[in-house]
Amino acid sequence: MSRRQPPGGQAPVVQRVRVRYAKRGPLRFTSHRDVARALERALRRARVPVAYSQGFTPHPRISYASAAPTGVASEAEYLELGLQAPMPPAMLVGALDAALSPGLDVLDAVTAAPGSGSLADRMEASRWRIELPGVEPAELRRAVAAFTAIDQVLVERLTKQGRRTLDTRPAVYELRVAGPVEGGAGAARTAPSGVTDAPCAILECVVRQVTPSVRPDDVLSGLRVAAGLEPPVPARATRLAQGPLSAQGEIVDPLEADRGGMPAGE
Amino acid sequence: MAAETVWPRLEPLLPQVSKPIQYVGGELGAQVKDWDAAAVRWALMYPDAYEVGLPNQGVQILYEVLNELPDVLAERTYAVWPDLEALLRAHRVPQFTLESHRPVGDFDLLGVSFATELGYTNLLTALDLAGIPLPAVDRTDQHPIVIAGGHAAFNPEPIAEFLDAAVLGDGEEAVLEVTGIVRDWKAAGRPEGRDGLLLRLARTGWVYVPRFYHVDYLPDGRIRRVVPNRPGVPFRVTKRTTMDLDQWPYPKRPLVPLAETVHERYAVEIFRGCTRGCRFCQAGMITRPVRERSITTVGQMVADGLAASGFSEVGLLSLSSADHSEIGDLCSGLADRYESSNVSLSLPSTRVDAFNVELARELSRGGRRTGLTFAPEGGSERIRRVINKMVTEEDLIRTVVTAYTGGWRHVKLYFMCGLPTETDHDVLQIARLAHQVIEAGRAATGSRDVRCTVSIGGFVPKPHTPFQWAGQCPAELVDHRLKLLKQAINADRSLGKAIGYRYHDGQPSLIEGLLSRGDRRVGAVIRRVWEAGARFDGWGEHFSYRRWVEAAAAALPAAGVDLAWFTTRERDRSEVLPWDHLDSGLDQQWLWQDWQDALAGVEQDDCRWTPCFDCGVCPGMDTEIQTGPTGRRLLPLTPV
Repeated sequence: MSRRQPPGGQAPVVQRVRVRYAKRGPLRFTSHRDVARALERALRRARVPVAYSQGFTPHPRISYASAAPTGVASEAEYLELGLQAPMPPAMLVGALDAALSPGLDVLDAVTAAPGSGSLADRMEASRWRIELPGVEPAELRRAVAAFTAIDQVLVERLTKQGRRTLDTRPAVYELRVAGPVEGGAGAARTAPSGVTDAPCAILECVVRQVTPSVRPDDVLSGLRVAAGLEPPVPARATRLAQGPLSAQGEIVDPLEADRGGMPAGE
Repeated sequence: MAAETVWPRLEPLLPQVSKPIQYVGGELGAQVKDWDAAAVRWALMYPDAYEVGLPNQGVQILYEVLNELPDVLAERTYAVWPDLEALLRAHRVPQFTLESHRPVGDFDLLGVSFATELGYTNLLTALDLAGIPLPAVDRTDQHPIVIAGGHAAFNPEPIAEFLDAAVLGDGEEAVLEVTGIVRDWKAAGRPEGRDGLLLRLARTGWVYVPRFYHVDYLPDGRIRRVVPNRPGVPFRVTKRTTMDLDQWPYPKRPLVPLAETVHERYAVEIFRGCTRGCRFCQAGMITRPVRERSITTVGQMVADGLAASGFSEVGLLSLSSADHSEIGDLCSGLADRYESSNVSLSLPSTRVDAFNVELARELSRGGRRTGLTFAPEGGSERIRRVINKMVTEEDLIRTVVTAYTGGWRHVKLYFMCGLPTETDHDVLQIARLAHQVIEAGRAATGSRDVRCTVSIGGFVPKPHTPFQWAGQCPAELVDHRLKLLKQAINADRSLGKAIGYRYHDGQPSLIEGLLSRGDRRVGAVIRRVWEAGARFDGWGEHFSYRRWVEAAAAALPAAGVDLAWFTTRERDRSEVLPWDHLDSGLDQQWLWQDWQDALAGVEQDDCRWTPCFDCGVCPGMDTEIQTGPTGRRLLPLTPV
């Protein structure tokens, strides 16, 4: 029988572009797979000259840095595209953002600096903001103090492989109670839901990228284990930043190294 | 009455349910229009889960056609899974639409598209969650008009109690005309209220309003007659037919979901209707005559649809796609256009002939050849004559060998079990055919690396087909034959290993049979089984046969009318069938003759290539066959 050879001839990658995008509002309920499908279609609609892998089922060359979980919003998601024809990053931002549904918003793009290493390796930590409707700030402060005072906070998580136990404490670099929500770009576009005239404590934390990853849910589980904190309604989490963690404890723009010393936005 | 969005109350519930994105909306192609500026507001529902409902062509077409009108608004709603249903009830959040998350109860009309009867219980869930009384007669002027369409609407009697109206046939023009009637009635100050509107609809002759018909029964449980109970309401309601598909090139801007759905492709209907005359096929009977979309319109729709959606797959759909008069040029033209573009083209191959393989080869020039599907439907030549599926054993073997030698290593063969006049022997022939397919494939390719999957569906007799009089095969007998077939396939271990075997057991088919050929008395069964928890009956993990049997026993009248009476009982020529007052265009005498021909094993040709055999549709509906070839070609395009 004729063994068919996969067709060759997919064009090689001539440019790698690193993209920052946000997952906002109702679209925080997209899963990583949902985002990936939407992005592949948007790339075709926007006529971005993305390169494809070889083989019978060529795939667009896209790699994702750690994606925020389903239900968690993000101002700082990252991916890298391999292009088969050059395209100025600023033009790519405009075209791709216009082709994506509102709520999946492209914020920034840079051409990867040659030899600059992988983008995923730069993601040392994330900053999260977690809104807790119905929780008093004082109650949250007490829980944070209890959590930070101990060295180990074991929580259980249901994974596809079954139940596993995870120590959340070492990954949590910083944990504090923040002021009220500001109306900045990252603020949720709808009011904290369901609960009116109720308190809404806000937690901010910096969590290291570890394996297995510690997610906002796990931090909340940790607060329940360490201090019995039980939010009355589901929390709303947003990733504010991810990237290298500086010696001062700040999260650095992960695309900085690709900008060749140019200020951000150029 | 300004409708309020339920989003602030819905959002906190979503982190607690599976796949929350399906309730969010925001699809590409979705349209959020100004509520207050709309004169007529439709909620369109496909009564199954979002992943099944979103790709539905019917809903997408009506959605786009309606939203093109400046003063009309159409939003969508789908069945919510039980996890969200429980939360909606606990938090008193109503059934909502996806565009603006408004309560379904605030719309003027709720249009529900039934491709299958197994969505009936999901209709009740949606009505109940929307706060719409289940019995249509209990609704007031404040409630939407609940109107059904889709193939199951050709016998809506089992859900007649829950419907205000039903429309038979093609929806493109009908939905606009219904909208016009509602618009005028509202503008006139809603004269005579809800009944006044329903009367205006019924008087068109093509909107069925069940409450305006009275059903009488004979002492033995059969129907005596169905008659209008209002002046001006016609004795028979006729189906609608959209004649020129080139004038209705929808969907133009397909809905592209964020969530994963069962079909992820741009689908274009290349023709509607089918006169192959397979006797089991309701779709082929009720969508006559054949109306082709021209090669140039299809080419334009594909180009525009891909540009608008970003899909990488195109499906050329119809009831028998290889029968399009320009299918060869269409396939090679599209293959030329998209050869180096990472766009894949597919033709749902169902007919058994080598030409189909050629088309599939053309469409998959650069791509993967994963599987080809053929549908001989019946295992023996005798049963294939009964069902009018004219395929010889030689045809099948030759076709499958062409596929294997053409680079496919896997073919799927689709059959039915429980057909009229079927014996164990007919079903066991499926095993023999599958063995021959593998042997021939091995011989032709010189390789043992050929496989086939035998897929068996349970036959359900459907209204408006020659088999509408047939007794359905009892579930136990279907299951017995499926078991025998499995043993026969595996009787040869070497061949059996190359054959996959998939089937559904007979019980869901029997319930589908009850809902397909039931009358108004079945409504009480549906309500009872729904109250007992029935949801998503098309899903094996949610379907409970016992729940249906218990509901039927409790809700049907005692006088000998039971589950078996509706399903396994053969009807005679004189019986008034529940759908006799609903006109699909098919001549009753022709249907009966075709049923007699089936029993005698006499085949019926296709009227596209042989003279008209008087099925009755064209003269009765004032329609005609519309086929090419147009002689036109696809122009080269530079796709992305």
